[in-house]
Order: sequence, then C-alpha cells, then structure tokens
Amino acid sequence: MTFETPQGAVRAVQDVDLTIDGGTIVGLVGESGCGKSTLGRSILRLLPENATVRGSIRFAEHDLLTLSPRQMRDLRGRNLAMIFQDPMTRLNPLMRIRDHFIETIRAHDPFVRVKEALERAKKVLADVRVPSDRLGMYPHELSGGMRQRVMIALCLLFKPALLIADEPTTALDVILEAQILQLLQSIMHQYNMSVLLITHNLGLVAEFADRVAVMYAGRIAEAGATVPLFREPRHPYTHGLLRSVIDLQTTKLYSVPGEPPSLLGESVGCPFYPRCEKRMAVCETVFPEVRLVGEDRRKVACHLY
Amino acid sequence: MTAPLLEVRDLKVYFPVFHGFVQRLIGGGDAKVHAVDGVTFSIPEGQVFGLVGESGCGKTTIAKTLVGLVRPTSGQIVFRGKDVTHPDRKGLFHLREQIQLIYQDPHAALSPAMTVGAAVADVLRTHGLPSESGVRVLPKSEDELRAAVYQVFEDVGLRPPSFFYDKYPDELSGGQKQRVVAGRVLALRPKLIVADEPVAMLDMSIRARMLEFLLELKAKHNLTYLFITHDLATAKFMCDRIAIMYLGRIVEMGPARTTYADPKHPYTRALLQAIPSPDPERRSTKVLPKGEVPNAVWPPAGCRFHPRCPAVLPTCGWEGRDVIALLEERWLDLELAAREAEAGPVDAWEANGLIARRDVKEGDPAAVQTLIRGILNGGGGPMADAIRDVSVEERTVVVEFRPPDPLAPKEVEGRVVECLLY
Repeated sequence: MTFETPQGAVRAVQDVDLTIDGGTIVGLVGESGCGKSTLGRSILRLLPENATVRGSIRFAEHDLLTLSPRQMRDLRGRNLAMIFQDPMTRLNPLMRIRDHFIETIRAHDPFVRVKEALERAKKVLADVRVPSDRLGMYPHELSGGMRQRVMIALCLLFKPALLIADEPTTALDVILEAQILQLLQSIMHQYNMSVLLITHNLGLVAEFADRVAVMYAGRIAEAGATVPLFREPRHPYTHGLLRSVIDLQTTKLYSVPGEPPSLLGESVGCPFYPRCEKRMAVCETVFPEVRLVGEDRRKVACHLY
Repeated sequence: MTAPLLEVRDLKVYFPVFHGFVQRLIGGGDAKVHAVDGVTFSIPEGQVFGLVGESGCGKTTIAKTLVGLVRPTSGQIVFRGKDVTHPDRKGLFHLREQIQLIYQDPHAALSPAMTVGAAVADVLRTHGLPSESGVRVLPKSEDELRAAVYQVFEDVGLRPPSFFYDKYPDELSGGQKQRVVAGRVLALRPKLIVADEPVAMLDMSIRARMLEFLLELKAKHNLTYLFITHDLATAKFMCDRIAIMYLGRIVEMGPARTTYADPKHPYTRALLQAIPSPDPERRSTKVLPKGEVPNAVWPPAGCRFHPRCPAVLPTCGWEGRDVIALLEERWLDLELAAREAEAGPVDAWEANGLIARRDVKEGDPAAVQTLIRGILNGGGGPMADAIRDVSVEERTVVVEFRPPDPLAPKEVEGRVVECLLY
C-alpha cells in the first residue's frame, strides 16, 4: 500500500498478512502513523486516489481488490461495515437520524417503503439500546455515546460479516468507552459477526480481542493469540509498548527511546532498528522475515528468532 | 502548617446559554451551563494536585479561571495569601508570571509563523528576565535576550540551543514541541504550573518520557503542579493528592495513595473499574454506570451522579425526569413497550421538578395510574421508595417524589467525600 505524495512515495502498509476468523475480535494496535487505519480502509477500498494497493484481500469467496466498483459498493454496508473515531463527522448534520437509516437501507434495497425502513431502524436501534424517538432528531441533538451507537446501528442493518471499528471509542470517556465495547461484544455474538478493532489502546485489546496484531511503521511486528502475546511479548517493540503502558499497577515509568520513523522513501533493514534495545548488525541492512515462533506459532518479524 | 500556595473556595463558574431573539422575548433566557458549581480545594507548595474527571466535568474551566482566562461567577481564589479572584489588568499581568498553563496540544500552543526561539524571547521581552532578587528586569540587548532563551532551552533539554532557536514548530517532533512549551512557561519562573492534559496527545511509547520530564522540572525548580487529566492511571503516578470531579463538583478528594486503594464515592469506583487493564488474564465483567453524563444546564437534583449510580439510595435526589428516563430505558424492549402501551408513549410524559405527569386524553386515567405504579415498583429500584404518591388529578396521572436529603462534602477517613452513603 503506497501513497504518492509531492515529497515522494509513502509506504503506509507493507507486507502485511492478516487473517480474521469468523466470530472473533482481532485487535490491530499501533501508534499514530503506523498504518493501522490505512490497513482498515484498504479492506473497504476507501482510499484516496493517490494510493496504490498490491496484494490480495480475501473476504468469503471474493478477492476484494479485483471486484468492480459496483460489486464493491454492494459488499460495503451489506457484508462489510466500518465505524470511525468521531461519529459527528460521519453523520450528516443536516439529516435527521431517520433519514440516515432510510438512505442506508435504500442504497441496497431501493424499493423499500419508508414505513418498513423505519421498522427495521427501530429494531437495530433497540439492539444498540437507543430509544426510537431519537429517529426524529438531528445528530447534534444526540450525546457522543448515542451518536456512536447510531453509527453501529447503521452498520447492523444488513447484518455484516465483518465490522471494522477504527478507534471507535477514542473520542469517548472511559465509562462510555467500556459501555460501547461491551455493546460491540454482545451484538457481535447476536449477529455472528467478526470485528477488526483498530486502536492505540493496548488495554482495550487486552480486554476484548481474541487475537492481536501489533503494527510498526507500516508492517506487522508481531501477531498472535491475545493471552500468550501479552504474557510473553517476543518482538522488542511489543515488549517496549507493553512496558510503556501506564496503568494502575505502574510503579516505574518506561518509554521506548527515540521517535517513530518517517515512512517516506525506501527503507532498508528493520524499521524499529534505531529504537531497539536488542539490535544487532544484521538489523540495519536486512528486513526480518516473518517467522512462526513458539508453541502458539506466533508471527514475529525480528532477527532474534 | 504553612499556608497553602493556592486556595480555591466555593468557586462557581456559569456560562450563559445563547438564546435566540424570540426565546428571549418569551422568557427562559436565564439558562446557564453550571461548568463549575461550588468547588473548594487547596494546594500546598511543592505538591502535585490532580484534578481528574471526564470531559465536561469542569476541570479545564477551573484551569482557565486560575490564569484569568475565564471570570468566576462567585467564590474566592487565594494565591500566596492574596485574593486574586478578580485581578485588575496589572494584577493579572503579574499573576500570570506566577501561574502558568501548559495545554494539551503543544502544536496549537505555538504559532506556526514564529520560530520557537522567538516564541520564548517574546515572553521574556514582555515580562522581563527573572533575577535572583525576584525583580524582573527588561533585557537590555537582543544578545542578552538570546542568551536567556538559550539558557531556557538548555534547561528543558533542547540541546544545542542554537540548533533549535531558529526552528519552526513544524520542524520539531511532538516531544520537542512539548519541551518548547514547557520552556516558555518556565522562562518566567512561575510558582504554580497548571498542566491541562499534558500527555493526552502523545503516543504511548513516549508518554512516560514527558511525565518524567515534568517531575524533573518540578524537583529542579521547586514547582507546584495542578495536574488536570481524564486518565486515572497517569494521575495515580503523578499526584500527591487528587480530586475527582463530576459535573462541576468535586465528589471525592484526598491523598492519591489511599483514594486509589480504597475509593469511597461510587463514581470514583466506577471510573477505576472502567479503565481497561492491559492484562488479558485479568479480564472481568464490569458493572458500569448507566447512560451518560447529563447536560450541565440542568444538572440532576440532589447528588448529580444519582441517575447513574449503582449504589443509589431513595434519598439521593429523584425527580420527575428520572421517571421518563426509566420508561425510555424500559421500552427499549419492544415487546414490553407493546404490552405497556397504555402508559406510554414516552413523549406523552412531562417532568417538572419533583413531579412527572401525563394527561390521559383517551382511556382510563386510573388504569394508567395502576400500570405506572406497577412499573415503578417493579423496575424503579430505590427510585420507587422515593415516590411520595402516584395520584390522579382529573385526567392527569401525577408521580410525585419526596425532596432529597441535603448533600454536602463530608470528612471520611481523611478524605472529603460528597455522598449520602457516608
């Protein structure tokens, strides 16, 4: 995945392999600029025109990268859906909530009558615990939590198989964040849906994800089942990131030395090399291949293994 | 005990809600946001005092009030023994040499058109160079000014200073910008630094570095911090004392160590419980407060947390709109809503203070009365015990509550807690 920019090509995502099984939550974690949002958007092919994507994205029996725009449009919203960090920028401020539902339903079933569309809207709104009188309101009349619930409800209309949630709670306070994630977890079971949870918050991933992929500088540094990965991180970056989390048990602060790298231009060697505490000579020149490490067959891109 | 560096007594800050012309004519124009509604705390010299709460709880308004960016509605602010609640122009100028603010976003705090050297120099040119005697002297030459800025840059770890002096904010990393902002603040040798979410914008892997830097500066310059954050974990690490705010009031305040070990207020407990733990082997089912923070224009009666509180009592402040909220919540279950259709819909109900009422236009008011009484007794919990009566007046069903018990901050085991449980 490369963006052409006036300053040169930005390799936002490189050599990424990611599998999401049915009915699971996969957490995609990383810091700002690591490419996690770009990866999420490329699944839905929601990328700007200066982006070029190579590789394949298989969803059920389709390769998403070879579908026509029309086929893709049909899959989007029907089988694949996405929620974003700030629902206020995704809801049209001039449209009542009911019209968002009618528009979304008619995008896929053009001949549905308003009455039937509203019945379907009420049903999904009840699932996300939003009272149906909110249908007559405008987005600005809803609270932040309600707006995000409405966004989720819009996604649920066609019972998608995969929901991509890009920092869905970053704009919310801790209690609301926990509420929304509990909600996502319960509807995920109810709708038999998978979730790709994109976040910078390791705590959320630890609490909710079945599997985790840690991204750094456009690549996946480490990926595996949540429990063993948190218990015994193998990649030095994962290790550093986990140590730098400040939680209620923290007694000593830690931060990863250096600053995140620029993605501009061709990179050689491991992108984490300048910040790594376990770097070796080979790291500077050769990019580490992904290897399967340990009993849990974890994917790790590091020369230590 | 020496006098505290800063004392805030019963501070209130209200903002008027903008009303259109017609609305002003028909009245109701006195609505205001109760951003800070009776807050009292004090900070001894050399301590880190944490003000913790969710967005909209009033913590940033307090910060702005302290540096004179917002005028308090009432209350008193005493800084180093002097009343600075309503400073005049000159008083404010000198107050700001002693109380300085660090914002959340260093990028927004620096002018993109000014080199970072010029940004710091500007402050020193306005306020003069601090000296041993405490009297500020205006710099005599540009060279002297530049040397003073270099000294500041050295101080905050921007080395070599000559390298950074002519940089624009765009050319620096987030951490470096935060250091420039800290340098500009320190250049005046303030006594108190108000840090408003200083690390919220930074990536996790470098956040700790900024916190350590703040603690280093504190030790080196004998500073006192008011540390404002929504992140309880960071506050635990940084603060000597903390105050938890909810909707304009402090609900719990005390030494950080004991407050975290044994939180008293149900809101503090809820906040602590909601923090996601980065340990998948300690996953637990959380019992979260219902709903969201209510509108600060009409804060709930009694305890402001009562509509969401898991430990709520009948005397916490129930009122008419809580009935409407209960019905709304209950009828999210579409089957239940259909079965209890006679008592609804929700919009047929209106609330006024301690009363919730519904005019029954068709059908039998007595039947609605029985139905609503059953619903409240069945699903109302402690709210049901707060009801004085469910009556029928002509064709109107009226639910009336008893007034709440008075609520005031109480001393509980060395802490101040505002909750009827104690």
